[in-house]
Amino acid sequence: MNPVRKRRLIIISLIVAAVGIAATLTVFALQQNMTYLYSPSEVEAGKAPLTSAFRLGGVVKEGSVHRVSGTLQTDFVVTDRFHDMRVEYTGILPDLFREGQSVITTGHMRGGEFAASEVLAKHDETYMPREVADAIAKAKAAGRTHDP
Amino acid sequence: MIPELGQLALILALLLSALQCALPIFGAWRNAKPLMATARSLVVGQFVFVALAFGILTYAFMVQDFSVAYVAQNSNLELPWWYRFSAVWGAHEGSLLLWVLILDVWTLAVAAFGGKLPEKFYARVLGVLGFIAFGFLLFSLATSNPFTRLIPAPMDGVDLNPVLQDPGLIMHPPVLYMGYVGFSVAFAFAIAALLGGELQSSWVRWSRPWTNVAWGFLSAGIVAGSWWAYSELGWGGWWFWDPVENASFMPWLVGTALIHAQAVTDKRGGLRAWTLLLAIFAFSLSLLGTFLVRSGVLTSVHSFAADPKRGVFILGFLAVVVGGSLLLYAGRARYVAGGKPFALASRETLILIGNLMLSVSAATVLLGTLYPLLGEALNIGRISVGPPYFGFLFMLLMTPLVLAMPFAPLSRWGKADVVIWRRALQRIVMLALIAGIIAFALGVHRWMGLLGVTASTYVIAGTAFYAIKRWKEAPRGRRYPLEMLGMLFGHFGVGVFIAGAILTRTLSIEQDVALSPGQVVHVGNYDFRFDGVGERHGPNWLAQQGTVEVSKNGTLVTVLHPQKRTYPRGQVQTEASIHPGVFGDLYVSLGDPLGPSTGAAGSSGAWAVRVYDKPFVRWIWAGGLLMMLGGFCAAADKRFRLRRSEEAQAHDPAGIPVSVIQPVQQQA
Repeated sequence: MNPVRKRRLIIISLIVAAVGIAATLTVFALQQNMTYLYSPSEVEAGKAPLTSAFRLGGVVKEGSVHRVSGTLQTDFVVTDRFHDMRVEYTGILPDLFREGQSVITTGHMRGGEFAASEVLAKHDETYMPREVADAIAKAKAAGRTHDP
Repeated sequence: MIPELGQLALILALLLSALQCALPIFGAWRNAKPLMATARSLVVGQFVFVALAFGILTYAFMVQDFSVAYVAQNSNLELPWWYRFSAVWGAHEGSLLLWVLILDVWTLAVAAFGGKLPEKFYARVLGVLGFIAFGFLLFSLATSNPFTRLIPAPMDGVDLNPVLQDPGLIMHPPVLYMGYVGFSVAFAFAIAALLGGELQSSWVRWSRPWTNVAWGFLSAGIVAGSWWAYSELGWGGWWFWDPVENASFMPWLVGTALIHAQAVTDKRGGLRAWTLLLAIFAFSLSLLGTFLVRSGVLTSVHSFAADPKRGVFILGFLAVVVGGSLLLYAGRARYVAGGKPFALASRETLILIGNLMLSVSAATVLLGTLYPLLGEALNIGRISVGPPYFGFLFMLLMTPLVLAMPFAPLSRWGKADVVIWRRALQRIVMLALIAGIIAFALGVHRWMGLLGVTASTYVIAGTAFYAIKRWKEAPRGRRYPLEMLGMLFGHFGVGVFIAGAILTRTLSIEQDVALSPGQVVHVGNYDFRFDGVGERHGPNWLAQQGTVEVSKNGTLVTVLHPQKRTYPRGQVQTEASIHPGVFGDLYVSLGDPLGPSTGAAGSSGAWAVRVYDKPFVRWIWAGGLLMMLGGFCAAADKRFRLRRSEEAQAHDPAGIPVSVIQPVQQQA
């Protein structure tokens, strides 16, 4: 085999091997690390997983934030204005966490409540994360069809 | 009146950029010298008008002209002047103008220093840069005009987002943009070469310092962003695999591959087509980065802007630039491809392995970043891809690269020389194992931490092995040409970065605690005593300021003052207080007040406090800065500035004469 062909062969086989390995691992890693976002209505409808982690998005219901005095334990209600979900969280809340503002929490179901390990609020207070807005819009649409 | 002049300047700049694109490229095609000669003056003219527009916008901020909507949105009467200055690029419209201004600075530099390039090539390079400027100026004027009036003018402006009121954010965007936009030069070179169907390795050599400088700036910009996130977001994290961070990281990965591939093309004439492809991708990813951050397409905790119209425009522009250049590449690459054969265990192979790993990791980062968007578009559901995805794949892909890294400088171009590998491998592995054992003895007991110490020592010892070998073998005065010194800095930087990243991850102690005044919390080897919270006034904020005394074995180490600032419009911003150190930071930030105030003046009830001990965290940024230094250092090498007649005698840092590559004949 002449050197040019040989070099090409090496390069091509390296690329094919790298792409193959990368593709396999990527699919594997993606499957392991994907989390879906659900609205309280979807959780209510049983769409969210019961055991594994997912994200819950919505608005922090006005007047729902309670703190166990002197500790970092907090609970609040996330709502899409049709269904509510009580969320428990131990830790420091982000600066933009406020009642009436949108929030995305990551965690899993524990009993009838959502145990959050992470709470994210948006940087910008005038704007709602699109996925939360979508979730609320969807809940609204679903709510309308179910309303008598 | 003055803002209208800015608008006019932008329109004139748009017209000039259209000419700067059309005339020289047309001239090069028709071989019309007068047309090609217009390039230089058009570049200067365009620069003048863009700079004028930028100056006028800055002036509007300085005099607080709230009749300009952009100023009213991003400034107010209480904002100190230095933040008013940085507010010019604090949001979408102004940062776009900054983008174009920086592009023009790069173009001007190319025009000034590129006079020795062949006439047609020079004209085409400036023409391509003109096209990019045209796209961005059109974007600015059509969808995001910074000079739009707000009539009647409000009495006071809104505010600059408090998150952006930080010294780190004054520098972060300009430096990052210097990097993003700097890749446009390598891109313009690639397109000009493809347009002409001819590539000389001397042109690639001439473009190398530009790429290195751009890469150095990009490294610095990413470091600044990471440091800002660490000190400002109040979580003590330094990298989140957030889409906005990924947006700057992808061009960096491809850029790293590019500077190495360019070295091969320069020295050996090989990997030419690959180098061109990388140049196209590096710039395309920079554009994509701008698109991702600025279109609001991402629902990231980072994004400030949200306007789909802009997204559609950038997407179209991206399609034209990426699609057009890839089409051109497909049609013309065979004319410019070429190179010499090389042995399996040669330096080319090792660089190629590194290139592959870097490109594949850029692709996996791209996939992870775009997957949520794809998922939404294909109606799979609203997905987010967690940081472990990126972390896992990145570590995996970087392992072969790190393993190969010390051997690339030791290998020879073209030929295999395995003897030196064996000698180096023995010593490097021995040193790495010794370092691992010492780390274990010092109390690093998690395998991840030990792996970090070993890998870091492996890279640093490997790089040092080459530096010492070179010291012994090369004649005095020619031991470390700047280009090689840059490589050494860069590779040392990687070693330092690995140590910082992995040790911070494994050794950090993070505690969120509820503290009442007088209460002590023990974190790491330190005692943090919380002495309550008082009030403090800043130029445009009111802060709840905590006092935390940190002591070690009874001796006072430092007193930290974390703040919770409230800005005029009620936005709350956490300011962490950090005690920096070479071997670790002590980091305290305030959460929320937890209990009822005791009512006593100057003190209050319990607060949520975040207390971190972060060993070696500075090494992360030190590593990044070393890489930046390496990029700048290499770019300063005289070898890149020689005139063509002298090129044949130019020295090669590896001690092998430069091969002069004959241009591939263009076929009719």
